[in-house]
Amino acid sequence: MSDSYGTIARDGLWDNNGVLVMLLGMCPTMAMTNTATNGLGMGLATAVVMAASSLLVATFRRWITQEVRIPVYILIVASMVTLVDLSMNAWMHELYKVLGLFIPLIVSNCLPLARLEAFAAREPVLPSLADGLFMGIGFTLALTAIGAVREVLGSGTLFADAALLLGPAFKFMELRLLPEHMGVLMMILPPGGFLVTGLLVVAKRMVDVRAGKPIQMAGAHSAG
Amino acid sequence: MNRGFAFHGAVLGGFCLGFGAVLAVTNRLTEADIAARANEDRQASLGQVIPDDIHDNDLLTDVLTIPAEPGREVTVYRATERGAVTGVAYEVSGTGYAGQIRMMLGVGADGRVLGVRVLAHRETPGLGDKIEVKKSDWIQRFGGLALGNPPVEKWQVKKDGGQFDQFTGATITPRGVVAAIRDGLAFFSEHQTQLTEVHQDVR
Repeated sequence: MSDSYGTIARDGLWDNNGVLVMLLGMCPTMAMTNTATNGLGMGLATAVVMAASSLLVATFRRWITQEVRIPVYILIVASMVTLVDLSMNAWMHELYKVLGLFIPLIVSNCLPLARLEAFAAREPVLPSLADGLFMGIGFTLALTAIGAVREVLGSGTLFADAALLLGPAFKFMELRLLPEHMGVLMMILPPGGFLVTGLLVVAKRMVDVRAGKPIQMAGAHSAG
Repeated sequence: MNRGFAFHGAVLGGFCLGFGAVLAVTNRLTEADIAARANEDRQASLGQVIPDDIHDNDLLTDVLTIPAEPGREVTVYRATERGAVTGVAYEVSGTGYAGQIRMMLGVGADGRVLGVRVLAHRETPGLGDKIEVKKSDWIQRFGGLALGNPPVEKWQVKKDGGQFDQFTGATITPRGVVAAIRDGLAFFSEHQTQLTEVHQDVR
């Protein structure tokens, strides 16, 4: 089994990465990556929702009949998102003020839904939890990377407001790499999101080609 | 799997019921905390537009509701010191480049701006977001101004013949902000007696 957990982790983080390979969840990817901090926060919230809903779907998979599975998945994802939304508003309010607007967007992210259908519906509870978690972490890494590139080129900073997200101890992460007014505004506007995402997809494939791996084609159902 | 409609309906209904219950419980658990956080936020934004040293009351409890245009009410928070109204604060909004800009405007009893802060906006980062106090001190130049100082026709951005600077690359955003503050001050002078009288039965 340890081998299969390794595969699950590698799939989620790199081989079958939700953003860079499957190109799923483009809506939050574009909306929330104008800074690395925003990408990180959105990614972490999504990872929590994905892990929780994968766990629930795998637990109840014997009762979820084929005919009603899609509405049940949506119900579960939406419930988890609402749960995260309410508890963050109540108990992590500073963070909520940064991310609050974007948490409901997780419902419209098709990555959780795709993983529920492709993995959690068929596999036991623990591997499903691992899959949701690693897919979520892979999503977080991709969003943070896209956010970092856009932020450096667009505003000249890196991890601005990280202290707001992670606590005052992380103030050291907030860097200014370029002087103010040097940034290319387009990079923090939506076109920059598409450009950087595309370039990172290319970069990931080039790394794979160098390593002699076969190119993975985009497809939500390639993992099972 | 040749089971009928009723069975699948029951499965779906069961899940809805179960998760509905979970959400209801979460809502009960978080309700009080969320309300407390919202109050703290409002207190903080009021504290930025009404200086602490001009009032001795709790701003959140001294509230008036005044009908503005049909169908819209303005909630006014009043600052009083020893029973006399020293200032009021209320929300104003203007139209920016990308939708509404919501602001909290504090006005002294003499009709001068005590302070104004942007609560929420969707302006372009790097261009229009200089209306936020943490990005630029632009919004602070309204402190102390009133209708008549400058004269009403000067309450515009420079491009429109007024006296307020626009930002490089963004005219629509400051135009919306200036207009919203001007209208907010007009609202004050229209309702001045009602806003500053101290009868407790006004509310």
